Amino acid sequence: MRSTKLLLTILVLLLSTTLSVAQNDIMRQARAEKFALTNAKIYTVTNGVIENGTIVISNGIIEAVGTDVSIPSDAIVIDYAGQEIYPGMIDSGTQLGLVEIGSIAEAQDIREFGDITPQMEALTAVNPNSEAIPVTRVSGVTTVITRPSGGVFPGTAATINLFGYTPDQMFAGSKGLVINFPSSGRRWRQTQEEADRARERALKTLNETWDKAELYAKIENSDEARYYPEMEALARVVKGEMKVYIEVNAAKDILSAIEWVQEKGLSDVVFTGVSEGWRVAEELAEAGIPVITGPVQSVPTRSSDAFDAAYKNPSVMQKAGIKVAIRTNDTENSRNLPYHAGFAAAYGMGREEALKAITINAAEIMGLEDQIGSIEVGKKANLFVATGDPFETSTQIIEVFIDGYQIPMTSRQIELYNEFLDRVPGLNKNPVTTDQ
Amino acid sequence: MKTLKHASIFTILMLLFSMNDAKAQAPKGDVLIQNATVLTITNGTLENTDILIEDGKIKNIGKDLRQPNNVTVIDAEGMFVMPGIIDAHSHIAGTSINEGTSQVTAEVSMEDVVNPMDVSIYRALAGGVTSIHLMHGSANVIGGQNETMKLRYGSTNPDDLRFEGAPRTIKFALGENPTRGGRRRGIQPQTRMGVEAMVRNSFNDAIKYREAWAAYNSNRSNRKMAPEYDLRMETLVDILEGEILVHCHSYRADEIYMLMRVFSDFGIDKLTFQHANEAYKVAPELAAFGASASIFSDWWAYKLEVYYSTAYNAAILTRNGVNTSINSDSGELIRHLFHEAAKSQKYGNLSDNEALRLITLNPAMQLGIDDHVGSIEVGKDGDIAIFDKHPLSTYAIPQMTFVDGVKYFDINTDEADQRIMIDPEASIEDVVIFNREDFDMCMHEESLVNFYELVNEEK
Repeated sequence: MRSTKLLLTILVLLLSTTLSVAQNDIMRQARAEKFALTNAKIYTVTNGVIENGTIVISNGIIEAVGTDVSIPSDAIVIDYAGQEIYPGMIDSGTQLGLVEIGSIAEAQDIREFGDITPQMEALTAVNPNSEAIPVTRVSGVTTVITRPSGGVFPGTAATINLFGYTPDQMFAGSKGLVINFPSSGRRWRQTQEEADRARERALKTLNETWDKAELYAKIENSDEARYYPEMEALARVVKGEMKVYIEVNAAKDILSAIEWVQEKGLSDVVFTGVSEGWRVAEELAEAGIPVITGPVQSVPTRSSDAFDAAYKNPSVMQKAGIKVAIRTNDTENSRNLPYHAGFAAAYGMGREEALKAITINAAEIMGLEDQIGSIEVGKKANLFVATGDPFETSTQIIEVFIDGYQIPMTSRQIELYNEFLDRVPGLNKNPVTTDQ
Repeated sequence: MKTLKHASIFTILMLLFSMNDAKAQAPKGDVLIQNATVLTITNGTLENTDILIEDGKIKNIGKDLRQPNNVTVIDAEGMFVMPGIIDAHSHIAGTSINEGTSQVTAEVSMEDVVNPMDVSIYRALAGGVTSIHLMHGSANVIGGQNETMKLRYGSTNPDDLRFEGAPRTIKFALGENPTRGGRRRGIQPQTRMGVEAMVRNSFNDAIKYREAWAAYNSNRSNRKMAPEYDLRMETLVDILEGEILVHCHSYRADEIYMLMRVFSDFGIDKLTFQHANEAYKVAPELAAFGASASIFSDWWAYKLEVYYSTAYNAAILTRNGVNTSINSDSGELIRHLFHEAAKSQKYGNLSDNEALRLITLNPAMQLGIDDHVGSIEVGKDGDIAIFDKHPLSTYAIPQMTFVDGVKYFDINTDEADQRIMIDPEASIEDVVIFNREDFDMCMHEESLVNFYELVNEEK
């Protein structure tokens, strides 16, 4: 009798310890199950708002959405009464995974040597274990474009989901060649003369390289053609097989870039940056070129501009009929994407259009509209659960799903909070005195 | 003829006097703000309340206040009124930031390099900011003295932007920035050990200097020569005597802890840590010392010493009883400090009032100006920001900003071009593409110390 009791106690103790270990594991590990998220207010983005709705996630895909949804018996049911569900936010301009620490060259893989390196692939250098990735995704940003920088043809940008242990697991299925269009804008500390010279040089590089690429595209399969990795990469763009992201900001450069694109007969083109888009919104709209703009929280390009010129930029372009996506152009603070969108919303764009600019518009611009960017049956289960409007800082993001995985809601910043909010040991009772 | 001449001289003299007078006297306004939701900071939120500002000071707060003659009336129904925002770390309006010629330059002062025509001032006003702490840079261990300013935009006289009655403050810097400078120049400090030694040595030198003067003063005679007057040492003595508040650029917990020990040893108790990304790790020690922290809302990872940051810094510090403020250190962030403060609700659930204190009363205390500004109370300065929505909402848009009861920003009459000085020779205006890192002024500041060949690295 006594021994059985003892045995039971030991058993219970053993069980409880294994249980707590298992719980700790779950803390850091994603869950891949069949889920039914119930009783939530669902912002589908493409099909309005569903009150008291249910989302069924199976094999990473949204299997059902609506108020009258049958819940599979093997699904894990999570009640989100009083909460709101949104499609995962998409930051269409970051260097996530490529930059770990800003001031340390060894902790950055964004710029390869030379001005013409179109064969460089951002995806190759994405570090899936970057500390910034969990920090970003727990804020509801599930997908980003990560891109190389510098020179005229820095390489290829890739769209990645912010979950996975290899770049391939993270890859969301869209790439685009980056072109830094020769800028007449002056960078901080540059003289106008330096800026002009740099622009001329860059224009020459751009046009000469492009001419060569057009030629290469014609002869690449002939016996005479030698193997040029740069040309190989550019030939794909020349032939229209790959999207082009053209970074361009100053008004007159935007006009030049429109002309250039039309002259080269490029169709799958996106303009990025576009800080002065509001100055030439009509021309942009007429050219039918979609835009990834941001950061919205930025200083106007000219000292004579209104204080809110940058805040209003997305709204002016959207109202002119341009398809607009919003980016942070940040890395470690890509988590601020909803606030950039929020400022655009406040300064004329309105909440609904601003939400589109970080979901479905971004997906459409990347050519991923059949997979992400809204809560629809058949799309990837990239979504998040929030206590309210995600543009408001008082709102908490309480759950994130990426590719159908329930993501651990932790990051180093959260772990440090838990460790230091009420530090143990606290204050030293006998303060150390120095010897000086 | 003769009398005319005299008359004109008299007029000129009068003019000169009146000009001097204008310099000394900052404009003060009279305004009655009616029916607002008033976020007082020190006395809760008052609905449907009026604020009367007379001669630049808050005269009365209450319901249905009587309207005196010759007072501008502003109907703020549905609007939110808060104290003008205070930025405890700014470099806007500074024409140069770093005196990098020595590791100790306590003798220089930012008051000599104020540019009142910087359009960034207007843009800060358009974000509800009324006061800034224009700081020296962080290239050296003991940098120059800072300038606490009111954003009275429109004057071309730097003195008009002075914050009357604000105590003197000075910049110190620890960690990567001063040690990098030391390495490049082949001098001390190249480590955090060297930084500590440099601070201690400087204070010990100052004590010796003070003793020398004390000895001389106690027994003056014609046969004795006075010690050499040294402005650098004079300034350090003033720090030791508590007359200058120290604001120290710092990031890591160990260096923050180090400086508190040094200051304890020298009996200095007024200390604010600037940036202080790891202050949260030594929050109990900061609280026990009575030191403050003036931090970013969420910046991190731009250099090694901020890699182990957390956006919950403000919440951890506040919960541990440390006076904390959110600053900008940037011509961009300064335009939405209300939004930066609001992030403390996402990261740590601070209450509305706690969040607003981060950009009002707390920075005012850190700058020693909390008797004048930082809350809406009778007797304080009429420094006020009006928003269309609660200022902690992302959708809030600043409507009007007052300094001493004078309106410097009004969104209803806002015009695009707010430059005071326009270069007549520039036919085409520069287009500068915003880059977050370029616009971090601490980073920008070191471009001026090409002496060190430090480019694009400081923050």
